[in-house]
Amino acid sequence: MAYNFNWEIMLSGEPAQWMWEGFVTTLQISVVALVLAMLLGIVICVLRLTPFKPLQWFSLAYVEFFRNTPLLVQIFFWYNASHFVIPAGLNEWMNDLYYWFPGPFSLFGHEYIGEWMLFNVEFITGVIALTVYSAAFIAEEIRAGIFSIPKNQLEASRAVGLSFFQAYRYVILPQALRIVIPPLISQALNLIKNSSLCMVIGVTDLMFMASQVESYYGAPFEAFSAALLIYLLISLFVSICINMYNKHFMIQVRY
Amino acid sequence: MHWDIVIDNFDYFLWGAAKLDGIFPYIHNIGGLAAAIILAIAGIFGAFWIGLAAGLMRLSKKWWIKYPAVFYIEMIRGMPLLLLIFWFFFLAPVLLGQSLPAFTTTMVCFMIFTGAYIGEIVRAGVVALPSGQMEAARGSGLSKYQAMRFVILPQALRNMIPSFVNQFVSLTKDTSLASVIGVNELTRTGVQVDNREMIGSFEVWITIAALYFVVCYILTSISRRMEAQLSRYQARDR
Repeated sequence: MAYNFNWEIMLSGEPAQWMWEGFVTTLQISVVALVLAMLLGIVICVLRLTPFKPLQWFSLAYVEFFRNTPLLVQIFFWYNASHFVIPAGLNEWMNDLYYWFPGPFSLFGHEYIGEWMLFNVEFITGVIALTVYSAAFIAEEIRAGIFSIPKNQLEASRAVGLSFFQAYRYVILPQALRIVIPPLISQALNLIKNSSLCMVIGVTDLMFMASQVESYYGAPFEAFSAALLIYLLISLFVSICINMYNKHFMIQVRY
Repeated sequence: MHWDIVIDNFDYFLWGAAKLDGIFPYIHNIGGLAAAIILAIAGIFGAFWIGLAAGLMRLSKKWWIKYPAVFYIEMIRGMPLLLLIFWFFFLAPVLLGQSLPAFTTTMVCFMIFTGAYIGEIVRAGVVALPSGQMEAARGSGLSKYQAMRFVILPQALRNMIPSFVNQFVSLTKDTSLASVIGVNELTRTGVQVDNREMIGSFEVWITIAALYFVVCYILTSISRRMEAQLSRYQARDR
């Protein structure tokens, strides 16, 4: 089958503009979801460490359920069926957001068309799904890091007279965080990759824009290769960050 | 609540519109959870061999063997699976000269995608064995290939089984992505029933999630139990 490669169309005009917008949306949804997922993950992990049994069970059930169901199904759930979980007023507000979006505007001589359309229902749904999904993984990473510190450290610091909170604050967490941060960075990378799934509900991220270029210009190979290149650059950047972190901060802990 | 929608369509969720007939695979038009599991099993089977090759190639000292594997593993690990599926879906007709069915396309994609992750598992498993094993095997007169084949890999692969099961769980979850290009597996049957009935979204998606959860949770607990059992018999440094 003959296929005429036409790489030039990706470099200028509408396709380049679309890919740039998609890239910005991917970064936006990833950053917002990452910050929220970190917070939620820490909360879930703390619930797991509290000595109160029902909270532990809740945390365990949360982690097991959201880690063992596909993100795509969760996205469909939050988009189609969230009216049972999210209160009706909030749902209505989310659906109305679209109407008070300011529309295209220009700032510092640049025409912003769709790049900053943060607040629509698809975006928020995508953020909710990614947050809830990633928080389960992040909670598990943090818990693994804390549990890798031998238990006698906690006992020793309690015996020295530190309170439970102080023991965590001054003894356990400083050691655990050093172990936890590299897997957390790779979770962030996973989140950026997972954000591509949000295209199925219509978040205009990089994948959505690539398939839009594909259907408008009939250049599937070029469009997806460009998207592939951008994702690879993102992940290259993140792995450089991990390597730099490991080089500077990773100290061999001796027990 | 409209649980009757779920009850009416439950067989469709489980095996889709499968029908028995006399022509060779005997079961045609298979879908639903059964198709997801078939995709996952076929994917992990192909990915094992690709991953074994890639992982061992990455350990090689010759640059022309090592760097293709490094390139493959790092590139696949840096891209989302959805992108790989779309990419291959459009690449396959160019390469083969004829269009490939969506089911086969996604199966190949799962093999390629999971192969990279299994390559990393294999590499880590081989590196994790104490170096004395390789030295002793080489010292007793085995060639490098023989030492790998009869001493290192049998131990390393056994220690890797829990990681393989974990990878299988994550592949089972990833089979949901096949629905995006139209393979009629569990997620897509959910989309179909949801779009047809329109009033049972909550019930349908909870059921789909529960079906995935049951499969994945059973496998996860198996892998945890295996991990505890296998760690007793590992070769150690001291």
